[in-house]
Amino acid sequence: MKSQIMIRVKRKRIAQLVSLGKRLDGRGPTDYREIQLEMGVVGRAEGSARVRLGKTEVMVGTKIELGEPFSDVPDQGVLTVNAELVPLASPTFEPGPPNEHSIELARVVDRGIRESKTIALEELCVEPGKKVFIVFIDVYVLNHDGNLIDASTLAALAALLNTKMSNYEVKEGEIELKPGYILLPVKNYPIAVTLAKINDNLIVDPWLEEEQVMDARITITTEKDGKICAVQKGGSGCFTTQQVLEAAKIAKEKAEELRKLLVKG
Amino acid sequence: MLNMSQKKPEKMIEDNGVRLDGRGPKDLRPIKIEVDVLSNADGSAYIEQGKNKILAAVYGPNEAHPKHLAIPDRALLRCRYHMAPFSVEERKSPAPSRREVELSKVITEALEPAVFVEYYPRTSIDTFIEVLQADGGTRCAAITVASLALADAGIPMRGLVAACAAGKVEGRLVLDLTDIEDKGGEADLPLAWMPNLNAITLLQMDGSLTTDEFEQVVNMAVEGCKQVYGLQKEALKAKYVAVKGEVEE
Repeated sequence: MKSQIMIRVKRKRIAQLVSLGKRLDGRGPTDYREIQLEMGVVGRAEGSARVRLGKTEVMVGTKIELGEPFSDVPDQGVLTVNAELVPLASPTFEPGPPNEHSIELARVVDRGIRESKTIALEELCVEPGKKVFIVFIDVYVLNHDGNLIDASTLAALAALLNTKMSNYEVKEGEIELKPGYILLPVKNYPIAVTLAKINDNLIVDPWLEEEQVMDARITITTEKDGKICAVQKGGSGCFTTQQVLEAAKIAKEKAEELRKLLVKG
Repeated sequence: MLNMSQKKPEKMIEDNGVRLDGRGPKDLRPIKIEVDVLSNADGSAYIEQGKNKILAAVYGPNEAHPKHLAIPDRALLRCRYHMAPFSVEERKSPAPSRREVELSKVITEALEPAVFVEYYPRTSIDTFIEVLQADGGTRCAAITVASLALADAGIPMRGLVAACAAGKVEGRLVLDLTDIEDKGGEADLPLAWMPNLNAITLLQMDGSLTTDEFEQVVNMAVEGCKQVYGLQKEALKAKYVAVKGEVEE
């Protein structure tokens, strides 16, 4: 009850600022918060990364295991994305099975990586129809201060980029490990950019206070060549067609900026 | 059994733009809508769009359960999108999948802008959507039919929500993709549209589109939604014409 009233009070102030092209934390409408990116933060994982987006903190670990392919694509490896909204990350997160928020987060991250064909899944086939590698991407939200989708997609991509798998050889359908490691075949760099709509204004990278008062959000994931590979609208408001196209334009530009964080490192 | 397990054909669109089911690129599948089909629900509707068959029922506004979910200044709108185990080729477990959980969330968010939730604080309005047979584009057909069920339940609304997907198949931009076209195509973009607000209330996309194509596909989907909206209005009116007929008898 208290929070409902606080949100109404905050909304007035935030909406007023946004209509003037300003924000509560001093950013401009299309500015991201400061981004810190660390790779290889968990040695036990095949690949890992931690992203700090302002105070939002997300860790992603990848694991690779042998398993069975899906029957409709017998000659391809399997990609699985899971997201945990860990209770230590926010007073609103509760322990228990994944809820609609964590499932949506995982599925939007998944869509960006899958549709852009980031992982060359056809190279992860050991024996068609029988044995393939399964890539598990586990998104672990450690501190929630808004815009989990962008932070998680960035961390997932960073983790994939440093994912090492054991070098192997296939002899008569059996896997034989060889010394050394090979890198996971990563072919694309999908970047998710989320914009929030408050009244009729769009702002990039909403933090928690803005998320709480926004009408709706839209996430647009673009590939390295600027093509759009995934879109997700969220929140109980609506967008005009113009706003959607404007968001797509901004997302493409911002994605190019963010991609530089990964391509140079 | 209806044989839907067609293997992916070599070509899904002929050079002259004719699709597997005989439609042109900008054609909707045949749509049949009926309002007020279930006696127990406060509102209900049924849609057939191509091979899709979907039922929706609305219960509410009722006292919200569990109580802690009640919102002090508005109604809690809940939608459950669920697929029958026999609705798809391989039996689907009746337990809600992650896909269904996500779709339930985005469908709720697509309908919420249409409902005056502030009229019924502390209550819940529950919409149950059952996909009886699926052939691509079920989330859109579900929104179309659920918004009619809400209207049929007498819930005050800013307008109906119509939904339709558009996408790219074999290099061509097409409207209202079937399952085969969705799986074999390059991109699918489901969109929900509220004609009264001139606004998009659901937008998702997967695949690969340039910014120009994205704009064209969004516009195409909006045009599709406008056609769906016409059919929605007809179906809603038909219900009252039927009632009028009964009274005059």
